[in-house]
This record gives sequence, C-alpha cells and structure tokens, in this order.
Amino acid sequence: MNQPAVKLSLKDFASDQEVRWCPGCGDYAILKTIQKLMPELDRPRENQVFVSGIGCSSRFPYYMNTFGFHTIHGRAPAIATGVKLANEELDVWVITGDGDGFSIGGNHMLHVLRRNVDLQILLFNNEIYGLTKGQYSPTSASGTRSPSSPEGSIDMPLSPCEVALGAGGTFIARSIDTEAKHLSATVKRSHAHHGAAFVEILQNCPIYNDGIFDQVKDKKIAADFRVEVEHGEPLLFGKDKEKAIVLNRESLRLEVVAVAGNEDKILVHDEHNRVLAQLLAAMGGEGFPIAVGVLFSDSKSTFTEDTSAHLESVRKTGAALKDLLHSGHTWTVE
Amino acid sequence: MQLIRTLGHNNLMELADKQAPERHLDSKELVDVVVRFAGDSGDGMQLTGSNFTQATALHGNDLSTFPDFPAEIRAPVGATFGVSAFQIYFGAEDVTTAGDELDVLVAMNPAALITNLHNLVQGGLLIVDGGAFTAKNLTKAKYDSNPLEDGSLDGYRVLDIDISKQVLSAVESYDLGHKAALRCKNMWTLGLVLWLFDRDRHPIVDSLKAKFSGNPEIAGANVAALNAGHAYGETAELPAGIHVYKIPKAKVSPGTYRNITGTTALAWGLIAGSELANIDLLFASYPITPASNLLHELANRKQFRVNTYQAEDEIAAVCAAMGASFAGSLGVTSSAGPGIALKAEGMALGVAAELPLVIVNTQRGGPSTGLPTKTEQSDLNMALNGRHGDTPMPVLAAATPADCFEVAIEAVRLAIKYMTPVMLLSDGYLANAAEPWKIPDVDALEAFPVKHFDKPEGFKPSIRDSQTKARVWAKPGTPGLEHRIGGIERSFETGDISYDPANHQAMTDLRRDKVAGISADIPLQKVCLGNEEGSLAVVGWGSTYGAIHQAVKRARKLGLDVSHIHVRYIAPLPSNLGALLGKFDQILVPEMNTGQFVKLLRSEYLVPAESLSKVAGQPFKIGEILAAIQESFAESEGRAGASAAIGENS
Repeated sequence: MNQPAVKLSLKDFASDQEVRWCPGCGDYAILKTIQKLMPELDRPRENQVFVSGIGCSSRFPYYMNTFGFHTIHGRAPAIATGVKLANEELDVWVITGDGDGFSIGGNHMLHVLRRNVDLQILLFNNEIYGLTKGQYSPTSASGTRSPSSPEGSIDMPLSPCEVALGAGGTFIARSIDTEAKHLSATVKRSHAHHGAAFVEILQNCPIYNDGIFDQVKDKKIAADFRVEVEHGEPLLFGKDKEKAIVLNRESLRLEVVAVAGNEDKILVHDEHNRVLAQLLAAMGGEGFPIAVGVLFSDSKSTFTEDTSAHLESVRKTGAALKDLLHSGHTWTVE
Repeated sequence: MQLIRTLGHNNLMELADKQAPERHLDSKELVDVVVRFAGDSGDGMQLTGSNFTQATALHGNDLSTFPDFPAEIRAPVGATFGVSAFQIYFGAEDVTTAGDELDVLVAMNPAALITNLHNLVQGGLLIVDGGAFTAKNLTKAKYDSNPLEDGSLDGYRVLDIDISKQVLSAVESYDLGHKAALRCKNMWTLGLVLWLFDRDRHPIVDSLKAKFSGNPEIAGANVAALNAGHAYGETAELPAGIHVYKIPKAKVSPGTYRNITGTTALAWGLIAGSELANIDLLFASYPITPASNLLHELANRKQFRVNTYQAEDEIAAVCAAMGASFAGSLGVTSSAGPGIALKAEGMALGVAAELPLVIVNTQRGGPSTGLPTKTEQSDLNMALNGRHGDTPMPVLAAATPADCFEVAIEAVRLAIKYMTPVMLLSDGYLANAAEPWKIPDVDALEAFPVKHFDKPEGFKPSIRDSQTKARVWAKPGTPGLEHRIGGIERSFETGDISYDPANHQAMTDLRRDKVAGISADIPLQKVCLGNEEGSLAVVGWGSTYGAIHQAVKRARKLGLDVSHIHVRYIAPLPSNLGALLGKFDQILVPEMNTGQFVKLLRSEYLVPAESLSKVAGQPFKIGEILAAIQESFAESEGRAGASAAIGENS
C-alpha cells in the first residue's frame, strides 16, 4: 500500500520544531516548497525519509514531519543507500550542500550516482560554507574572499551538474530556491524518476555570499541570464524569447544567436542526450544564460531493484542454517 | 618488580627455545606431532594441508591448523617470498594451537627449506623433493652450496626423494602434458605423509574423484600419484629412524564435527544471529586484508537473511550499515585496523543516535599499513577508546576459530537488546586458523526475536526500556512514528535537539550506564583451567587462548600452581573479574601488543598485573608463555627467599 490512508496537506509535513536558519536564507523557501509538494506526491508520510549530512541545509530533516536522520559530514548518500537497501518501499531523500556533498562527501556522491540508488538528492548550492562561518567552498568562484581566503581563493570551482553527469547520474536537474513553481515541478520530476535523481538548487546565503545568483533570480533581468530547458522545446531565452542557443557544428560549441533568421538552427532540448546535457550543464557566463530544468534523464534499472531481484533469485529455494553448518566435510564421533 | 617483559629479540625467546620439549621421533607411538608442508605458491601446499587435516580429523586426533600465505599475489617461481606453507598440530590430547617447533617439515624446493628449517627440531624429519634442488633454484633461495650435499642437514632425519621423477612415472599412463603431470606432486607427497602417520587415504580418493568429476584423466592421475606416494613409503628402503608413527585417538565428546576457520565461524555466527533475532542483516564492507574473507563468505550466503554491500570506502560501509539499522535491519560492518580507524566517526554517530550496529575488527600488524597479513592484538585501545567524545561501546573478543560463532551471535544479541554499536575483535590468526568444531544444535540456540516499536499513542523516540535503558527501535514505514534522530545531542525527555547543559550530563551518564549495565547480562568470569585461587593467574583475551591454555597445562604438569583465565567481554568486564583476580598472588597478561589489556586490568582493579608482550606479527609460542610462567615462579621464590633472609637477620 503505497498511498496515504487520508489526504494530507502542507501542515501534515511541518514538524513542531522551530526553524533556525538566518532571516532571509534561501532554505526557508525550499522548505516551504517541499512541504507543499509532499501531499501532491500522494505517498504515505511514514514512508518518507529525509537523510542529511552536516551544514545549514542538513538541518532540513528536523523541520519535516517525516522520518529523518541528521547524520555526519558528507555521509548522507552512504547512509541513505543503507536505508534504501533495508527497505525499498521507502522514499529516501538526501539533503546536502556544496561542501557536504562535493567536498567532504564527494566520494559518496560519485558512487551513489554511478550505482543509480533510487534516491532524491537535493543539493543546496550557495557556493560558501555557512555553518562554519563563511569559508570558501568547492563551488565558490575563484577569487572568493573569505575568512580562510583573505586574498581571494585560488581553487577552481567544480560544477555540481557536470560532475554528477560525469559520475553517470541518470537524472540531473537544476533549479532556484525562490522559484517555487519551477522548483516544485523539478523536484516532483526527481521523485518520479527511477534511480538516483540529482537536483542542484541555487540557494542564496544572505550572510556570507549574498546576491551571487541575483542575475538569474532578479525578475527584471533574469530572462537574459537563464534558459528554462524543457524536453522537446527549443532553447529560447530573453524577455521576449528573442534569443536562442545553437550548436556550432565545427567547433562543437554552443552559441547565442538572435532567433530572427536562425529559426531552423535553434537547438531543441533532448533530455536523453548526455552530450547536450554536458554542454548545457557547463553553460553560463560571458553572455550565456544558465540552464535550469531537467538537463538529463535516462531510464535504467536501479541498484536496489537489481539487488532485490538478485536476492529473490538466490532465496527461491530456501535455506536452513542447520544444513549450512553440516555442509561440506563432517565426521561423527560416537 | 619487573612489570613489562617484551618478547622479540631478547633472551626470553631464547629461553623458550631452550625449553622446547624434546621430540621423540625414535618411538613408534607419539602423543602429538607438528607437521608443516612448505612449497612454492604453485605447489598446492594449502590443498595438501587441508586434505591431510581431513584425514587426521577422521583418524580421531584433535588438531589445529594455520596456513601461512605469502603477501605477494603471484611471486616468481622458486623465490623465498613466494613460499606458501600449511602447518598442522595434531595429537591424542587437546590441541589448541598450530604448534611451536616442527617435528616434520616437507620442503618442496630450496626456498621452502631455507625459510622453514629453523623451525624444525633437532632430530626432526625433513622430507625434500631432491629433484627441485637444482643450481637455479638453489641460487634463487640464496644457498651457496646444496644443503642436501654439504652436511648442513646432518642433525635431522632427511628423506631426500626426487618427487618429480616419481610422479612422472606414476602418472605416465594418463594423457597429461609434462606440466600437468608435475602438478600431481603434492598428491604424491600427501600419499607419503598419510603413510607416515597411518592415515586412511580413501576419503581423499573419493574427494579427488568428486573434485575432478568433469575431468577423469586429472582425477585418475591425482589418485595414482597419491597411491604411489603411499606405496613408496610402504615399499622403499628408507633411511634408519624413519618409520610409521602411531598417534592414539584423542578423547573427544560425541557429536558431529567439522573443521572451521575463524572467518567462516564468524560469518555463520552472524547468519545465526540474524535468524535468532528474526531480522534482515546488511553486511556493508570494503576490501582489506585480512578481513575481506568475511565479506566473501557472506556474499555467498545471501540465501539466508543476509545481504552484502561492497561500499566505496570504509566510511561508506559503516554508514550504509547504520542506515540499514535506522531502517529496521541490522547493519554490520567489518574491517581491519586502518579501516576501523576510518569508521570511528560513524561509530560515534551510532552511539549518539542509539542504533544497533556490529563492527568486526580482524586485527593485523600496525601501525599504518604495518603487516597486513600478520596477526596482532594492538587495536584493543582503539576498540575501547578510539572515538571522539565520551563514547562507550561494548567490546567482545573471540578466543578460538570456533568461538567466533558464539561471539558473533552474542554481538548481535547485545547490539539489538541495548540499541548500541558493538565491537567484535578477531585477528589475522583467528581468521585463517582452523580447528575441529562440534556442530551445535541450532534448534537449541536461544532466540531473541526483535520487536520493532509500533504504538503511535504517546510515541517519542526517547522512550526507553527501564531495565536495559535501551531506546525504542521505531523504523521508517511505521505509521504515526515519524521522528527525527541524529548526531546532535538529544533531549532525554523528548528526543528532540537539546543544548541544555544538565541534559548533556544526563545523556552522557545514560550512555555510560547503559553499556556498564550490560555486565549484569553476561556470564560471570570463569577460570578455564586450574584453581579459582592460587599463586599465578595467566589472564588472556582473544587468540592467545590456545597458546596460554597449552602453556598453563604444561606448567601444571610440572607442579606449578597456575590458572588460566580468558576474558571474552572486555567492555564491560564481567562483574566478578576484580574479585577473582584478587585471589591470585600474581597475574601475568600475555598479549600481542605492548600491554593494552594489562593496563586496563591495572586501572580497573588496581592489581599488580604483569605484562608479557609480543609484537612480532606471529602468535605466541607455547614455550614462550611457559618460560614466562616459570620465570614468575622463580622470581616469587627469590623474593620469598629474600624476605625470609631479612626475617632471620632482624
């Protein structure tokens, strides 16, 4: 029975704990959107499990009136894998951040994606360490000034969606904390996906990294800085959808062109195309918009599914401990 | 008082060597014998050894075995670092170690001889494949001259046979190539040694036929080689002093037996534990020597309620196990020292979140990569204290290969009953050593079925059993029990996050008291050999059991008032252990580390326990412990004599 007995509402998913993020934190918006989405998923509340690591985002499970496990730094994907292996019926969500998911826990992220464990992984990317008071993170832009990089960081940042694709992820999406409608639809699709679903959520930290995503969030200019991708639809952006993305077939690079006069060349999004997904995940800066939406999805059997099938086949005949202990060579002393 | 004796390169080891009991290969009936088969990695010595073990078990002797593999996966042929050996100690009395000095050494090439000869007693029997002592092989083994010709083996009984030649003639009627024919060398040798100790070879013939049922030529050739080796012993004119030896049957209690290694016993104990608890078990692990075989064994046993998961690293393994426990299964993880170190943060989360978890540490030589294929007990301090914070955890240690079965069940029982991670200590010796095991009646094992909590009315994740202090196990998927747990300190009352100072004190005390309280749920410490009070108690833990047992037995035969106490429960310790130790004048604690358990006993009970420390990557020899026992008595007599003299003068 994988449906709730009674219809649930947002309130059913809000726990009695006081939410303790800084005023203006993007996490509030994400929490509200997820709490609101949960009843729509039409799944029993007791089957929802939120697992997190350490960091601001990782407090998320405390605020959901579901099962939750706030674990240790970077290890949520590993713990969530264990939860899912123990009970396939559960909907297991991983809540992580850029430091938790791609610095201390980077290894687990690679492996949970390549194994295609059936989880929803929501990565809140604010490009900074918040809870430890503002050090640069693995997604911070080069030159980020922080308590641990007073002259500006010299590390090259990584791109979460590109890494997730490289790791063999079967569902890669990007959304924005305050874009409730877009975020809700994206997360809903991640839940429907069969396998490891990775969603990068661009999230504002008003204290240590305020405004880094303003270009893609500010209603006045966002249309020029983001392209909302949708399977089967042309890649258009700009206030009046007057700009388009095309592929230069000689350089194998994306280019921004005016729609007028290029109608036959405009790229149409194909979310099953891994190469296109890589190009879109990497896109941004120097006149290019950032791609949001489902960049890639692929249908493959999941790790837990394959495990269950294997266990079912080896357990078909049944086994007795007594037989095991007496198997092989034995002898009897009278 | 000398508080620490260190074995290694000092005189205690030499003393032990001098005290090695003389062997009498002159007599035709022996109480016990130590045999070692040594050859090149490709010579099939492990198979020879296991077949000989089978024949010896059927013969009715008690026995113990230990394989000694090279660390290299494929060493060059003839190299000293490619020598693979199998040792068996068997006899008419109880046998609890694989033996000290060798009575019989089988050396299939010069490398096997040069690496093992020092263990052979003077007058011992040396069987060599003379055909393998070529100039090339002698050079590879770094011999300047051929030991078969230069008189250096004069102190031994040498049986020099060109086994290759014998084998080729024995199997010539079979359609095998030269190389495949030579592979039967080990069976020829086995046949000879079976003759030497009057063992029935027919069960081995049957098992060879079964093993090579798909290839009758190979089966036939192996059987022919086995029979030829046996016939050689019967008919050839052997040098003086080499004849058939009879070893009377050991007195063993009736029952059905099998041979078992510590690794197999531990794996089967975990399976038994999951059945007794009526729960699914997730075994999450990452490959590491010498712990990997536990993963391999369980990976082949998924027909039971066991699933195995090879994680991406040690941390992921402990975390996946913990995730499974959170979801209502029992998580088990396993590693050796360096891997256990990586799991420390995860274990502490298990303690904080109060989830059942079993962590198996198959200890090896440390620190760092250390000696991966060698045995040691140097992770005891880490097991007890190797976590941040005040993080108490029960620690159990298995004493023998067969004991691993019971200890694994006990670890599962305690983890579930007390909602706590439990550390189970094994080591490289226990993992690979084998001994006969009287197969228990599984129906007679006491079940401890898990009952997950399922009552939503008034539910809080902090509800506890008043007696065990264990938190409820409320698994996801249970309606009305939605709750959050984690590593942040939780309120004693509600289970919600709490930074309250008094609450942290209360929770710290609770975690301590919960684990300490387990002492009321475990058996009282028994004396396993000797009196309940007296002059000297030799107190051990873990795999030193066999050597201590034999040493104490021999010391008692010499008239010394010595007892053997072996501790399985290291945290918490049995409630009567302090009082028991108080009844002995002296306490000697042999362990394969620099004195970790002895310090625990001293600090817990303020007893003047002495350490007998050996950190050589090798198990204790019986003779080493016996020598230390005798030295303890000599010292105490010396002190008694000195104080008597003072008394006279005053």
